[in-house]
Parts: sequence; C-alpha cells; structure tokens
Amino acid sequence: MLELVNFYLIPGLVLGAIYALAAVGVSLIYGVMRFANFAHGDLMTFGAYAALFFVAGFGISPWAALPLAILATIPVALAADRAFFQPLRRSAPAVLLISSFGVALMIRAVVYLAYGPSPESYTRGFTPPVFLGEIRFQLRHLYILAGALLVAFAVHLLLAHTRAGRAMRAMADDPDLARVTGVPVAGVIRLTWAVAAALAAIAGVFLAIDTELTPMLGFNVLLAAFAGAILGGIGRPWGAALGGLILGLAEELSSYPWLGEGPLLEPTYKAGVAFAVLVLVLIFRPQGLFRGVG
Amino acid sequence: MEPALLYLATMLTLAGIYACLALGLNLQWGLTGLMNFGPLGFLAVGAYTAAILTAPASAQHMGGFGWPWYAAWPLAALAGALLALPIGAIALRLRADYLAIATIGIAEIIRLAVRNEDWLTGGPLGISGIPRPFEALGSPLGEFAFLGLVAACVAGLYMMAEATARSPFGRVLRAIREDEEAAKAVGKNPGAFRLAAFMLGAACMGLAGAMMAGFFKFMGPDALDPVVATFLVWVMLIAGGSGNNRGAILGAIAIWGIWAASDFLAAQLPPELATRAAYVRLFLIGLALQLILLYRPQGLLGERPGR
Repeated sequence: MLELVNFYLIPGLVLGAIYALAAVGVSLIYGVMRFANFAHGDLMTFGAYAALFFVAGFGISPWAALPLAILATIPVALAADRAFFQPLRRSAPAVLLISSFGVALMIRAVVYLAYGPSPESYTRGFTPPVFLGEIRFQLRHLYILAGALLVAFAVHLLLAHTRAGRAMRAMADDPDLARVTGVPVAGVIRLTWAVAAALAAIAGVFLAIDTELTPMLGFNVLLAAFAGAILGGIGRPWGAALGGLILGLAEELSSYPWLGEGPLLEPTYKAGVAFAVLVLVLIFRPQGLFRGVG
Repeated sequence: MEPALLYLATMLTLAGIYACLALGLNLQWGLTGLMNFGPLGFLAVGAYTAAILTAPASAQHMGGFGWPWYAAWPLAALAGALLALPIGAIALRLRADYLAIATIGIAEIIRLAVRNEDWLTGGPLGISGIPRPFEALGSPLGEFAFLGLVAACVAGLYMMAEATARSPFGRVLRAIREDEEAAKAVGKNPGAFRLAAFMLGAACMGLAGAMMAGFFKFMGPDALDPVVATFLVWVMLIAGGSGNNRGAILGAIAIWGIWAASDFLAAQLPPELATRAAYVRLFLIGLALQLILLYRPQGLLGERPGR
C-alpha cells in the first residue's frame, strides 16, 4: 500500500498536475480559435529552455526563473499568431492545424540550434527524499503540486470573475454571438495566446524540474495534453484540468503490479496510456466528461 | 560519370518512394479532407511487414520466411490498410481534428512497439540484410532496375489515384469534403466512403514503407523520424498542390531535391557546423510551409476542377 502511494500515486499526481496545465492551454486555444494547436508542446519546450537560459546565466533557481520564462514565451506565441495564424484565421481549421505543425518545428529548430540534442538539467546531483511518517516524496514534487494548484486558481479567477475571462468563455460557447454582442475578438485572441503560452511555459518548466530537458520534452507530452483536453470536453478548461490529472494518474498507476507479480503495463509503454485513453474516449464519450464545444 | 549517375538514381529512387507517400496522403487529405498526421505509422507497418517476410532468418527478430518481394509488397500495403481500419472506424465519425490527434498517437505507438518488441522487430537493432529487388544484377544495373521498379509503382499508384478521383467514388469523396450534408442528402454514407479513402491512402503508405525497407536493406526504429516521414510528406503535398496527383509527385521530387541538396551542401561544412545546418534546415522547411500556406495555398499545381 505504502509502495503504491510513494512510487505510483505521488508521481502520478505530479505528472497529472503538469498534464492538467498543458491540457488547459490546448483547450483554451481550441475553445477560442477552434483549432488544435500542435505547437503547444514545443511552446512548453521553449519555456523550459528559456528558464534554463536564466538558471545557467544568472545562477538562479528554476523557480525564480519561471516568471522570466513566462515572459520569454508569451512573445513567441504572439509573434507566431501575428505572422502565421492571424492571416489564416478565415481558412479551414485544418489549415491552421497544419500551420501550427510548422510553427512547432520552427520552435524546436531554434531550441536545437541553441542547446543541441543532448539532455540538460537545471540542477546537478541527487536530492534526498523527504519523509512524512512513512510517506516519502521529493520536495520539488510538493512545490510542483502547490504551484499547479495556484496556477489553476488564478486561471479560474480569470475565467470566472473578470470581463476578459467571460469574453473568452463567450467566444468558446458561440463565436458568432460573441462577435455581434461586441466582444473585442482580436484582443480576446491575444489574451488567450498570452494565457496559453504562460501555461505552456509553466508546464514545461515543471516537467523539466521533474525530469530533464530535451528538445522533444514538449512534443512527447503533446498527445497526453490533447487526450486530457478531449477527455475533459475540448474547449472546457476545467474539464481539461481534470482530464489531464486523470491521465497523469492513469499513466503512473498503469505500471503498478495490480494483478500478480509484474507491472500491469510495462513502463516502456507508459506513453501509450494517453493513446489508449484517447481511443476509449473517442469510442464511448467523444464529447468528453463535460460536453465540449461544437 | 558513373558515380554521378548512380547518385542521381539513388536520389530519384527516394523521391519516388516519397511520391508514393504523397500520393497516399493526397487520397486522404487532398481528395477527401482527412488529416493524417501519422504517415510514419503506416510506413513503419509496411516496412516491417516487408522486412520480416523477406529478410533472412535471425535470432534477433521474427523472420526467415524467404518471401520474394513481389509477394511481400502487396502484403505490406495490406498491413498499412489494416492499421487504418480500426483507427479510421473510431476517429472518422468525429470531427476532422480528432483524426489528426489520433493518427499522431498511432504513429507514436508504432514507434514504441518497434523499439520494444524485440522478438518481432529486433528492437533497437532493427532488421538488417533485407534483400533489395534486382540486386542480383549487380551495381549499377541493379540500382537502375530498382529505380525502374519504384518508378513503375509511382506510375501505377498515379493511375490508380487518377482513376479513383475521376470515378463516381472519387466524386462522392469530393462531395463529402465540400459539403457533407449535401452528400448525405443524396443518400451517400460519408463514414463508409471516408474509411475507404483512408485505407486506400494508408495502403499506398504501407507500400512506400516496403520500398524504403528494400532500398535501405535495413529497417530500425532510428530510421523512423516523424520529421522526415510525416512532416516532409505534408510539405511535399502542400507545396505540390493538394488535390492534384501530379502536384503530389512534383512536390515530392522538388522538396526531396531541396532536402537532399541541402544535405549535400551541409556535408561540405566542418562537422560542428554540419549538425547546426541540419537544424537551420528544419527551421527553414517549417518556414517554407508557412509561406506556401500564406501566399500560395493551392501549391505549385492547384486542384483541377472536377469533371
């Protein structure tokens, strides 16, 4: 039982919190702009490496570098929108999706150029775990969970209690109605990109703190982010947060020896859990847990 | 003279293999509007099917069947189509972007599987010693003959794709792409038609995989790079003109030519700069896609009006 909590449940919660942040970003973009942004994973990567730049340059901790990483990532998203997505806004969503795939590669190429393909990390050496009675965990896991909760609360405040947040939700529910009732569409879109890029940077830095930095960091979790967003009902930020959390837990818990001796699912296939969940959702509840936007 | 000719034949062979991939994607996206972001998965299944059926026996992977290529290649195409069946049946009844996400997923799962199922695929070591058709003719005649075979396949697929586009079946596919409700109103079942087009395109990709395995005489997980196997095919199709089969072939040759030429130029640089040049190329190909989408969305050859 203790093994389950220490080695599966806690890592699952941490991974789930990171997926939740990524899935909320994907879901926000989908809700407001109605396209699947394949560049979201690479925005995460960019955020993580931006933090590495400040960590290595000024010798600060990745937590202190996080706000700087956010500030570095937002202009990338805004620039990509201005240069590539905005002129295509009237095209089919498919064209925007293809375009975002190209943007993803461009961001990744920049990361490769700056840091090369080998893995990096913010800190060197081994940090001993902390014990709370029998429960053992890494302090950084606690910080990641607390940070994710704080971010989720901030996003909730923005969406539920500000004019801008209400405008974003109005666009997600009915873009045409929002337009004719005077929602400043261009401004809402810019704000959505800024929030999504901030979420991507936070998720990327958290993931890099938990594991390590590689140029494929974000792309490798893109499928999980989408699966979480679809599981929660695409375009529904709260649903996406829940979906991401479920996915992270499912991924870690899948390798617990539930039946017999060996792990239920070989850990090498962990990444397949996101796909399995996606397929199940598409078969049994394609609208997601909370009915997604049209 | 001869090395230059041989180099040209090699490049044209690869361009032909890419043309098969682009023709397959054109059946799916160009004709029917299905977003497949996992050509890699269908290519891999075809490549490993052909590799296992034709490669000599080895303790490292399944094999030793000793099939000739002409028996193995159709099975590789079939394997591609069979992979498309379940994923299409699930995702095609939903909105278009769900298929894109699901196909990215299937490509990643296939990559995981070939890396981990050693008994079947040899794992990270891959499958080597795959016989190449006509290699018994020696060099350079064997290479030219293989190029001829690939060219014949491209021609065959092109004729098949053209016939499909012109047939009543192809007209229904276009009708579904343009206005699904109207197609339904005249009594067509969009789901079944989409699935058929998706499987047909996947079969082309499976066949391309078989050719690739034969060409390299080796297949391993490192040969399966999403950038080269998936993204490049999309750039080729969009640059050439989606919806136009000649455009797909032209795009494959043009983009592959640029890709290979930049490889050749980068190889002249010192090694440190050469790896960086590869990243610059990645950036430029992403940028090129954006510029085509913005300034020439119909590609080099646009879709011709249907008859």
